[in-house]
Amino acid sequence: MKTALSFVAGLALTTTAAMAADKPVLQVYAPDYFASEWGPGPSIEAGFEAQCGCDLEFVTGDVMPRLMLEGERTEADVVIGLNTDVTARARASGLFAPHGLDVSGLTLPVDWTDDVFVPFDYSYTAFIYDNTKITDAPTSFDALLAMPDDTKIVIQDPRSSISGLALLLWVKSVYGDKASEAWAKLNPKILTVTKGWSEAYGMFTDGEADMVLSYVTSPAYHIIAEEDLTKSAAIFDEGHYLFVDLVGKIANTDQPELADAFMAYVLSEEFQSGIATTNWSFPSKLATDKLPEGFASLPVPAKALVFSEEEAEAIRKPALDEWLAAASK
Amino acid sequence: MLTVDNMRIKMGDFSLAGDFKIASGARVAVLGPSGAGKSTLLAAIAGFQPMDSGSIRWNDTAMPKDPAARPISMVFQDNNLFPHLTVAQNVGLGLRPNLRLSSDDHARVESALTRVGLEGMGERKPAQLSGGQIARVALARVLLRDRPVLLLDEPFGALGPALKAEMLELVRTLLDETGATLLMVSHDPEDARVLCDQVVLVADGQAHTPVATDEMFASPPEVMREYLGR
Amino acid sequence: MARRSVQISSTTILGVLALGVVVCLTLGTLVAVAMRAEGAGRLGPADWAAIRFTLWQAAASATLSILLAIPVARALARRSFPGRSVLITLLGAPFILPVIVAILGLIAVFGRTGLISQILGLFGIEPISVYGYHGVILAHVFFNLPLATRLILQGWLAIPSERFRLAASLGMGPSDIARTLERPMLREVVPGAFLVIFLICLTSFAVALALGGGPKATTVELAIYEAFRFDFDLARASLLALVQFGLGAALALIALRVAMPSDMGAGLDRAVTRWDDRPALLVQDIAAITLATLFLLLPLGMVVLDGLPRLLHLPDVVFGAALRSVIVALVSAALTLALSLPIAALAVRHNSRVVEALGYLTIAASPLVIGTGLFIITFPFVKPSDLALPITAVVNAALSLPFTLRALVPALAAVERDFGPLADGLGMTGWTRLRHLWLPRLRRPMGFALGLAAALSMGDLGVIALFADGDNATLPLQLFRLMAAYRMEDAAAAALLLLTLSLGLFWLFDKGGRVNADR
Repeated sequence: MKTALSFVAGLALTTTAAMAADKPVLQVYAPDYFASEWGPGPSIEAGFEAQCGCDLEFVTGDVMPRLMLEGERTEADVVIGLNTDVTARARASGLFAPHGLDVSGLTLPVDWTDDVFVPFDYSYTAFIYDNTKITDAPTSFDALLAMPDDTKIVIQDPRSSISGLALLLWVKSVYGDKASEAWAKLNPKILTVTKGWSEAYGMFTDGEADMVLSYVTSPAYHIIAEEDLTKSAAIFDEGHYLFVDLVGKIANTDQPELADAFMAYVLSEEFQSGIATTNWSFPSKLATDKLPEGFASLPVPAKALVFSEEEAEAIRKPALDEWLAAASK
Repeated sequence: MLTVDNMRIKMGDFSLAGDFKIASGARVAVLGPSGAGKSTLLAAIAGFQPMDSGSIRWNDTAMPKDPAARPISMVFQDNNLFPHLTVAQNVGLGLRPNLRLSSDDHARVESALTRVGLEGMGERKPAQLSGGQIARVALARVLLRDRPVLLLDEPFGALGPALKAEMLELVRTLLDETGATLLMVSHDPEDARVLCDQVVLVADGQAHTPVATDEMFASPPEVMREYLGR
Repeated sequence: MARRSVQISSTTILGVLALGVVVCLTLGTLVAVAMRAEGAGRLGPADWAAIRFTLWQAAASATLSILLAIPVARALARRSFPGRSVLITLLGAPFILPVIVAILGLIAVFGRTGLISQILGLFGIEPISVYGYHGVILAHVFFNLPLATRLILQGWLAIPSERFRLAASLGMGPSDIARTLERPMLREVVPGAFLVIFLICLTSFAVALALGGGPKATTVELAIYEAFRFDFDLARASLLALVQFGLGAALALIALRVAMPSDMGAGLDRAVTRWDDRPALLVQDIAAITLATLFLLLPLGMVVLDGLPRLLHLPDVVFGAALRSVIVALVSAALTLALSLPIAALAVRHNSRVVEALGYLTIAASPLVIGTGLFIITFPFVKPSDLALPITAVVNAALSLPFTLRALVPALAAVERDFGPLADGLGMTGWTRLRHLWLPRLRRPMGFALGLAAALSMGDLGVIALFADGDNATLPLQLFRLMAAYRMEDAAAAALLLLTLSLGLFWLFDKGGRVNADR
């Protein structure tokens, strides 16, 4: 019934219950998956609200386009769920303020010096397969490309999906000028290109595809939530593209203290120990021995590949054109 | 008096002109070959058919534009009743177009129904009525509308001979009571003889001046002879 | 005849207002987006490729839908069998199916692990793939074959039965009847049906997204989405939206010269009695009906099968989202009617095809541009998340408008033709005419229109992405969230729930329009 009431409230254009309760509201913009019942949002909200005396409100949707549309007038206080490949534009918008946090104790595989965006978890892009069906999984990108063309792979469109974009950059960082040729070899194996990660992953679990572009940490979900050990990530010798989830504070927030408190909360042990099993990725500041069972045993790439955000921004467009040209043949 | 003053109607190849007067209380049959414009003449008088020139007047007052405001009741060839309304509602429209009927109105509707021989049938839907009964409902509504001019556009065309005679008889009684002026389109000259004292011949793009019925049939003009086939 | 000048005012004012809403929603939002853009947009080679692909796939989908619909419609026209009317109703289901549900069903049948591949596998044949050009067209045929069948079946049933009797008495065989009666009818009906389906496929988005298999199958609407998402290039997005309008307008101009199908809600309950039957024809008809039934109903059956196990174990939030979606659908259906009735009245009263054409604007509109435009317009004044559901309802209503107008305009024209003079003569105007003439007489097409609008609204993901906050997910959005949270079995059950609610709403309204309707 609560949902029906909130709908009516929405229709009547009244502001939400939070206002009535007279608590300060912290508006956090996040991708849509974030605030779903099974995403990381609900536990973050509960955890932070328990200590802030405020109301944390997730506003979900297409975060970057929405921020760009709103510009200076945005109501956001904090933005969560950006990643390194899109931060150049976010930074250029001038909407974000320095975080002012001490980020020395991070457990990322790379050094972190960004003074605006704070990482809250990370993973690596990887191809996931069913280890009962594929027994000789590729151990390098070259081996993947050499697989027979009837091995069907689902990837995400780099224009609509950040994981798809990460693949674009991964291929570029492995093959450089030879990326076009790599795409030409990969292409016949690609069953389809989906808009988002979820459709692609759904096809994989339904058995439609043999492999799916996802993250090294995806098997952890199956291990922990389903006690299913049949899903594995193929670990490549060339290294894997590092995917870092970020949070940033909006400069002209009307709740600066709350925003700072939230930024700090993101690096707290409470947040960090919860994020692994809600966002299914490695916490950015948590000792390995505190990782949940199932994460600690995941095979991890030996080498993290990553572009700086300037590089990523510069490569984005030409890499996309390369892919478009290859994929349109 | 109903005055059709220099009426001119043109629609593509079709044209119709007329310039005549009809005395109050007259009963006029509108006869002529099919397609000549009998129904168009009635539609013009009722306000459904725009005229290119000329005017229609009642007692030397120009007719209002709104068909409902004209001193006219009209019964069409078909679709005289709304199928989704009851008989009583269909009749009640003659009193209150918005159907907000008072108890007094309901009594009047019932007595009009009784008057046309449909006592106690008010709650039926038109689909439950015979063709003759449908015509009676339409006439009951005419009674309540109580307008000085009645236009009948061949409403009994689909009825059998006995039933039609019955309906014409009913129309005659109603006219005797109300003294209304009648214009009735028919394709059957016999109808004119039974009910009407005058005939307007519509042929060759012209609605002619009314002629007494006896005279029309005693010495029909050329076009009328062709139409009658003799 | 009956050019009524009375009471023009209220009808005209309401009609013009409704048209104003439509024009603001479509062209107004486009202008808002274009004005917000920096500089003029430029179309790249990929955009031109998208335009070419859009036209090609729409033409291919429409052609194939119609070619397949002809034997099915012919079979349905000349065969009466128990369950025929139920079958015709069921065959109409794909048209109102939420795209995401349909795609799940199609993949379950035509996918690599789908029914067909499994059967082929028994004979050692490689699995088929549903992704690519052919996947897009397959899905479009799935959606539009029912519509094509319906329109052509109407053509068949509109041939007076006396003509078939005449043909029989003259000793005509099937080929003579085809030549003298059926082909002339098809020449009348097919161009209009083709155009309608072409237009529907023109703005294809989700289908191309899910089954296109990659960037080579990019439609204009998809290109708009990508210009917006990837480059935040509002100028290019609005230019592409303008191109989409241009294509729609060009088609509309053609449509004015072609007899467009009318009365989408007409009854198809009777079969034509024929005297030219042959055993071969019976076999042919049985085959056509069986194949069409399998093609259209198997995917639905698969959605049901996959979804049933978890249906009762769905988390409460899914049911909350379902309730929200149903309310949005009901509001949207009511709004559709509130918009389409005045527009239909204006079009009928002034006998204006221009008015009607303006009402069809939304068929070529980009929901994404509408959403973005509304966001730009409302953001300075209202908190977007407060508007999420109302705006979804409004946009869904606008997008249903072309279909509801198609059902209402001819029906209202017929009501006015039959009863307009009587109502005028009695002075039934304004509210009285609406209440005592239009509403009761238009029950069937209104029931159909309401059902269609509600069903189309149920399945639409539409504009909510920009406006949504965390708590106001609709059922389709919730379905995506389930998929995003690795909960595929729950997602299948949510798809079944969505399917049931969409078809259920349509059925309820459509039925409501028929019960006790006085013919």
